Amino acid sequence: MKDYEIVIGLEIHAEVNTNSKVFCSCKNEFGSAPNTNCCPVCVGLPGALPVLNKKAVEYTIKAGLALGCEINDIAVFERKNYFYPDLSKAYQISQLVKPLCLGGGIELDNGKFARLNRIHLEEDAGKLTHKNQTIGTLVDYNRGGIPLMEIVTEPDISSADEAVEFLTKLRRTLIYSGVANCRMEQGGMRCDVNLSVKEKGSNVLGTRTEMKNLNSFKMVRRAIEYEAKRQIEELESGGKIVQQTRKWDDNKGKSFPMRSKENSNDYRYFPDPDLLTIEIDREDVEEIRKTIPLLAEGRKKIYVEQYGLPEYDAKILTNDKFISDYFENCLKIAHMPKQISNWIMTDVLKLLKDYPTEDLTNIISEKNLMEIISLVEKREITRPNSKALFEIVSTATISRNADKFENEDLTKDESTEEINAKKLAEQNGMLNSFSHEELVTAVENALANFPNARKDYNETPDKVLRFYIGKVMAFSKGLANPQEAEKLLKAELEK
Amino acid sequence: MEMKNLTAIQIVEALKNKEFTCEALVKYYLENIEKNAQKNAVLEVFDDAIENAKKIDELIASGQELPALCGVPIIIKDNILYKGKISSCASKFLKGYKAQYTSTVVQKLLDAGVVILGRANMDEFAMGGSCENSAFGPCKNALDDRRVSGGSSGGSAVAVASDMCAFALGSDTGGSIRQPASFNGVVGIKPTYARVSRYGLVAYASSFDQIGPITKSVEDSALVLSIIAGHDEKDETSLSSSVPNYFKNLEGKIAGLKVGVLKETNDLIAKTGYAHIYDGIRTWLESQGASVQEFSVPSFDLCLPTYYTLTTAEATSNLGRFDGVKYTSRAEGVTNLDELYLNSRSEGFGNEVKRRIMLGNFVLSSGYYDAYYMKAMQVRQGLKNEFKTIFQNCDVVILPTTFGEAFEIGSKTNNPVEMYVEDMFTTLANIIGNPAISIPCGKGKTGLPLGLQIIADNEQEQTLFNFSKYFIDNFKEGK
Repeated sequence: MKDYEIVIGLEIHAEVNTNSKVFCSCKNEFGSAPNTNCCPVCVGLPGALPVLNKKAVEYTIKAGLALGCEINDIAVFERKNYFYPDLSKAYQISQLVKPLCLGGGIELDNGKFARLNRIHLEEDAGKLTHKNQTIGTLVDYNRGGIPLMEIVTEPDISSADEAVEFLTKLRRTLIYSGVANCRMEQGGMRCDVNLSVKEKGSNVLGTRTEMKNLNSFKMVRRAIEYEAKRQIEELESGGKIVQQTRKWDDNKGKSFPMRSKENSNDYRYFPDPDLLTIEIDREDVEEIRKTIPLLAEGRKKIYVEQYGLPEYDAKILTNDKFISDYFENCLKIAHMPKQISNWIMTDVLKLLKDYPTEDLTNIISEKNLMEIISLVEKREITRPNSKALFEIVSTATISRNADKFENEDLTKDESTEEINAKKLAEQNGMLNSFSHEELVTAVENALANFPNARKDYNETPDKVLRFYIGKVMAFSKGLANPQEAEKLLKAELEK
Repeated sequence: MEMKNLTAIQIVEALKNKEFTCEALVKYYLENIEKNAQKNAVLEVFDDAIENAKKIDELIASGQELPALCGVPIIIKDNILYKGKISSCASKFLKGYKAQYTSTVVQKLLDAGVVILGRANMDEFAMGGSCENSAFGPCKNALDDRRVSGGSSGGSAVAVASDMCAFALGSDTGGSIRQPASFNGVVGIKPTYARVSRYGLVAYASSFDQIGPITKSVEDSALVLSIIAGHDEKDETSLSSSVPNYFKNLEGKIAGLKVGVLKETNDLIAKTGYAHIYDGIRTWLESQGASVQEFSVPSFDLCLPTYYTLTTAEATSNLGRFDGVKYTSRAEGVTNLDELYLNSRSEGFGNEVKRRIMLGNFVLSSGYYDAYYMKAMQVRQGLKNEFKTIFQNCDVVILPTTFGEAFEIGSKTNNPVEMYVEDMFTTLANIIGNPAISIPCGKGKTGLPLGLQIIADNEQEQTLFNFSKYFIDNFKEGK
C-alpha cells in the first residue's frame, strides 16, 4: 500500500451571541416556543426589508481580530438563492466576494499554523421538524435570521486529531472573546469537513468530498477517520473519488452520498440591493480590538507567572472559560490561588463530570466554596470534615438547581433558604471546638510538662518555639491555631 | 360645492370650510368607482371607507387642528401593504392574501388623515406596461375603453383620471407611474431612488422600485411627496437627508433654467410621430427664458437591456418566497417538495412573471453572470456617471414619457419585446436613480394625452415641481 496524506479543510458555522437577530429586532434565543421570536422580516413576508444589526458585524470583526484576521475595508451582503422550506425568503443573506475578515489562523500544539481563509457573516435558516404522514413537516422560524459566522479554513489540517484540536481552540477563542456561545448540542456551532487524500509528497490534491453539519467533535473525528479510510481504500482498489456531498450517519458510523457536484445548486449569488455596503472604519476596528478580553493563553500565563500555579493546573482551569471565570470570582473573595485551584481541580470538577453545567454556581457558589476554604485555613474545621462539608453544601446546591441539569435522578428542592456553608458546618457539628481558654491551658501545660526545653530559648529561640508549638498542637489534637499558639508561647517565653 | 375633479388641496380646504362632509365625498367617489366598473381600475373597495370618513367628519367637527391631508380619499396600488387588507399584487398567487403589517407610506398617509378607499389594479407583481398582465383582467384607459391604461400602476392612474379618488399611490420600477400617468393625462412622479421608504412595498426589483403619487395637479404631487418621503429606520437604504417642504417651496419657474435634451433620443422621438410637439416644447422653453442644450449619452440605447437584465435578476430572487410553503396558494395533489414548488409556481404566476423569473435566473446563473449581470451593473454605473456630469451642466433633462398615446388592448400582448420597447424613455430614471416626473403636454392624433418627462439631479424634486408648475400653468400649445 502507498503512503497517503490526508488534506482537510473545515467550514465552521457559529451562532453570534447578539441579543437580537442579524436583520431584525427579534430575540436571538434558543428554546422558545416555535415561531414566537418572529416578525415580517425573519419570516420573509412580502415587502419586509432587512436592517443590519451592527452588533453582529462588531462581534464578527472581534472574532476575526482574536483569530488574527485582516479586516476588510468594505463588506457586501449577497443573496444566496435556493429553495428550501426552512429558508423563508428562498435566499439566504450571506457574503461571498467581500467578507468581513480575511486570513488569520490558529497554531496547533505540533507547531503547525492552520490558516483561515475568511470569516463572513450570514443569517441562519429556520428549523424543520418531520412529523408523521398526517401532520407532515413543520417549520420553526425562530432560528431564521440568527447571525451566523462562517469560518472557513485553508486545507492545512491533516488528521482527525488536528481537526479536533483546531476546533477546540477555535471554540475556546470564540467563547473567551464573548462573541459566541458555541453550544454544540443546541446547534450553536456546526462543522462541515472537506476531505481529500493524496500520495505522500505529491503536490496534486485529490478529489474532495464534503460532510455537512457535524455537530460534535466526536462526530468530526469519526467522520474524518471513516472518510479518509474510505477514500484510501477506494484508490487502493483502483477506484476514483467522486466529488460529492456526503451525509454522516453517526449511529451507523458511516457516511452516504447526498448529492454529486454535477447536479448541485447554482446559488445565483448577487449583491443584496436591500442592504448598504458595510464600510469599515479603521478607528472602529481599533476600538473593537480594545474590547477583546484576555483569552485562555493570557489567563494561563497570569495563573502561572503571577499566581504561582503549576502549568498543569493553569491549563485545566483555562480550558473552559466558565471554569476560569469561576476561579477568578473566587479569587476576588480571597486571594488564595493555590487553595482555590486545588478545590476546583479535585472536588468541583469531579462533580461537574456527573452534573454538566456551564455555571459552576449550580454546583457550589463561590461564596460557599471560599467559606469552606477559609474554615480550613483558620483551622476551624479539620480536613476530613471540610470534605464532608463540601459534599453537604454541593448536594444541597445541586438539588436546589435541579432544573438546570439534565440529570433525571434529581428532584428539585423548592426551599428558598440561603445555603450557607458555615451554618451547615455548625449545624452538623463540624466546627472545631478549641476555644481561646483551652489554648491558654494547652500552652501552660506544655511549658509545665517540659520545663527544661525553655532553657535554650536565648540561644535557639526558633527551635524552642517550634518544639512547644508541636506540643500544643499534639495536645489539641491538631485543633489549635498554630499562629495563636506561637503568639501566646512567645509572650510566655520572653517573660 | 361641486365635488367633481377636486384636487387633494381643494378637498382639504373644502372639508375644513364644511362645504361638504367627508362621508358625502367618499360616497361620491364610491359611486364613481361603481359607475366606471368596466374600467376595472379598482380591485376592491374597502368596506370601512365610509366608516373612516365618518371618523374624519367627527374630527373636523371637534375643531381640533387637522392633519395635512385630512379627509382626502385615496386609492393604493395592490402591491402596497395595509394591515388586514388584501394585497394581491394582481396575482392569482396572492389572491386573498391579507397584509400582516402596514407599509411605511400608508402609515404616513393615514397619519396625515387620508381615507383609503380601496386597492388599484396593476400588472401582476408590477411587471408590465399596460395592466394587461393583471390576473384579474386588464384595466382600461380612463378616456377610451378600447385602449390600455398603461402600467404597471394602470389602475392608480385611471382611478385618478376618472375621478374615483383624489390621488393614488403607484410604484415605479421602469416607468410604472409615469407611463400610465402619461396615458391618462395626469401627473405622476418617480422620486429619487430611496427617497420614499420601500418598507411594505412588495418588491419587484429592489434597487429600482420607488413609490410615488399619481395626482391631478403638480401641487398635489408636491404636497403628497413631502409627506411620504423621508428616512425610515425599517428601510436602511432610504435616504437620510431631510425632506424639503416641496409644496410650500413650490414656485413655477422656468426662466434661467438650463434644460438638457438627449441627442440619442432625437431619432426615437422622430419615430413617435410627435417630434413637432416635443420640438415645439423646446422652442417654447427658450421663449420663456430657459436655455436648451443637447447632451450626448452614447450608452442610452443600452438602457433597455440593462434594465431587463438587472430587474429580472432581482425579481427572480424577490419572488422566490412565493413558493407555496407559507402564505401563497399551494398546488394540490403534490407528492414531493420539488413538485410542490414547481406546481404551485406554475399555477400561481402569470406568463409575464414567469418570463422574467426565467430571464433573471439565466442572467445570474453560473457561466452567464459575468456576461450579463456584471456587464449590466457596469453599464448602470457608467450611465450614473454620465448623468452626474450632465447634471453639473444643466438643471433638468426633458424627453417624452412614452412612444405615443395609449395603444389598443391586445395589440402588443403577443410580442413581449415590442412591449418592452415601450419603456424606452422611462427606464433611464430608474437605472440612474434620479427623480422624474410625467406631466400632460398635449394630445396625440387620437385625441388622447401625451406626456412630457422631466428628469432632475438626485434629490432635486423641487426643480421638477417648479418646472412642472410653470409648464402646466403657461404652456398652451397642444391643449
